[in-house]
Amino acid sequence: MVKRLAVGLLLVGLVAGLAQGAVTIMVLWSGAELEAFQKVTAAFQAKTGITVRVESVGRELPGILATRLAAGNPPDLAAMPNPGQMAEFVARGALIPVGGIVDLTQFPKAFVDLATVDGKVYGIFISADLKSLVWYNPDALYAEGLAPAHTWNELLYITETLAARGKTPWAVGLESGAASGWPGTDWIEDIMLRTAGPELYDKWVNHEIPWTHPAVKRAFELFGAIVRNEAYVYGGTTGALSINFGDSPAVLWDKPAGAYLHRQATFIKSFIAGAHPELDLDRDVAFFVFPPIDPKWGTPLLGAGDLISAFRDTLEVRSFLQYLASPEAQGIWCGALGKLATNVNVDPGIYPDKLTAEAAEILKGAEIFRFDASDLMPAAVGSGAFWKGVLDYVSGVPLDRVLADIEAAARAAYGP
Amino acid sequence: MNMGRVHWLYLAPALLMLGLFLIYPTAETVRLSFYGPRSDVFVGFQNYVQAFTSQPMLIAFRNNLLWLVVFTLFTVGMGLLLAVLLDRVRYETVIKSVIFLPMAISYVAAGVIWRFVYTFRPAVAPQIGLLNAIVVALGGNPIGWLIERPWVNNLALIAVGVWVWTGFCMVILSAAYKGIPKEMLEAARIDGANEWQVFLHVTIPFLKSTLAVVTTTMIVFVLKVFDIVYVMTNGAYDTDVIANRMYNEMFYFYNYGLASAIAVILFLAIIPFLVINVRRFRAQEAVR
Repeated sequence: MVKRLAVGLLLVGLVAGLAQGAVTIMVLWSGAELEAFQKVTAAFQAKTGITVRVESVGRELPGILATRLAAGNPPDLAAMPNPGQMAEFVARGALIPVGGIVDLTQFPKAFVDLATVDGKVYGIFISADLKSLVWYNPDALYAEGLAPAHTWNELLYITETLAARGKTPWAVGLESGAASGWPGTDWIEDIMLRTAGPELYDKWVNHEIPWTHPAVKRAFELFGAIVRNEAYVYGGTTGALSINFGDSPAVLWDKPAGAYLHRQATFIKSFIAGAHPELDLDRDVAFFVFPPIDPKWGTPLLGAGDLISAFRDTLEVRSFLQYLASPEAQGIWCGALGKLATNVNVDPGIYPDKLTAEAAEILKGAEIFRFDASDLMPAAVGSGAFWKGVLDYVSGVPLDRVLADIEAAARAAYGP
Repeated sequence: MNMGRVHWLYLAPALLMLGLFLIYPTAETVRLSFYGPRSDVFVGFQNYVQAFTSQPMLIAFRNNLLWLVVFTLFTVGMGLLLAVLLDRVRYETVIKSVIFLPMAISYVAAGVIWRFVYTFRPAVAPQIGLLNAIVVALGGNPIGWLIERPWVNNLALIAVGVWVWTGFCMVILSAAYKGIPKEMLEAARIDGANEWQVFLHVTIPFLKSTLAVVTTTMIVFVLKVFDIVYVMTNGAYDTDVIANRMYNEMFYFYNYGLASAIAVILFLAIIPFLVINVRRFRAQEAVR
């Protein structure tokens, strides 16, 4: 009897031991991003023997995660769509602090602060994207006798000159399925940083100024001066609203060029390469930093990042988090995708091309860096009313009504 | 015969399932609708006030009303028309099968298919959307079918729903139509009634109860309409509907309170039609 019990216990222990050597992580990536992430998990598995089960659920991640959490069955870890949603999960008491697990001094303070709620850090950024970039086709732009812009006026000069010649200056794509509108929020955030400065930007993020504030209104107006002008945008406003963000820059490299400028984050490079495989990225594709507007605020940078948080505190989870934070993991992940590493110890040699290394250099040299505002706002605003507001504004709704609508949603979402 | 309390024993499994899967979730939703976004603070009727006064919700109510009228009119109307007309056609089964086919496609897939049909490309580029390709071939300018508010985009969405459901209405009504005794139609014709009069005074009265069932089924569907709108516009450009609003509030904005309140409103709006349907059904059973 005792013997049987011992064997039974042993079996139970064995099964439990096997089950323990695994972590599950829910991610929103698919395609190339998922492949790159699986390379990271494979390297981790080879190193530690801990199995990583990756559940790729796509853009429905917030919904699926919320349901699993409500059912008491969350994954061990999950990629957070943005810090705003991470904060929602923190408020529900679902996430564990990572401060004692990962050495946070490996990261720039800006990224640690972004994952901090009430003084505790609840996530790590495994990579970043730089958003304040204007992409162009050097051959096409120089053929028009034009050069990259260093000031807002130069940017407007390029825009007006091309339009006067009957050409379309900008390629804009605001369509992104259920998330349509977000590329426009990036424009407005970049402009807001350059016209109102970082302090007012932060107040805007925290809803300490209303959406009807003149500074917010001005940022929308400068955005609208370009994107609402039928002659400035490929396909006019309906084109900007209909064309997918990933497809939109391709026309810059068509012959003849359908447009000349495209404002988008570093990740768009892979979409350009996908649409035009014949391009030599180092020679045919270039960007300049979205130029300053008010000289007082210089050239602040806007960015975003991939954030990982944990729901359970186990040895395996700890070990996986530490690995994700390491230069080794970031080298695999960023090297494969051309994302920018957040760990300061990552060797710049990992980047696949000159463009990415250049963007990483720009990010490192940032005097002022701010995270994508819409990602920091409560989801009802940052992933709801703000997106819809951009679409409404570009499709012709008067600005005052757009801002009043977003303000109404913000009042409800931020609470009293 | 007095069975004592034994009947409760027989009922127990059914009641248990009913309680677990229907009564409990409903009661819980009603409870949550009186609490804040995180279900921790009691807020009274605040969620309901917001549901009935906020701009996005008012637009959603308007659109559901538009869906209710246009969608129901077209699915039932065209279903009836097809049922009656196809009865006189030689290849009836083939045509009916083709029209019924979209029923086999999920709404998400239908939404994706129709997004391709409605795709907009600038006039200078080759058109990849079927509808705009036709418009351009006829010398017009491409149209943003899902963007032009308030009529074009909403009607474009409703058209997808009609495409899916007309076949269903047609099949049910066709079955009922074939149940009309041929002698009656003939008698009416011999008495000098023209086709229109036969349709109006014989066919319609005979199909009345089936029409009522089909119509209420369509109304119940249309009040819950979600997939098509979510996939195609996610409610942008004033195309939102109540169910999509509820989904967004729940799963993207984490406002459990407001989402539950919207669910309760939707539930209450559907009940009258369910009652009508059940009554009809009972009346029919009684006749048999």
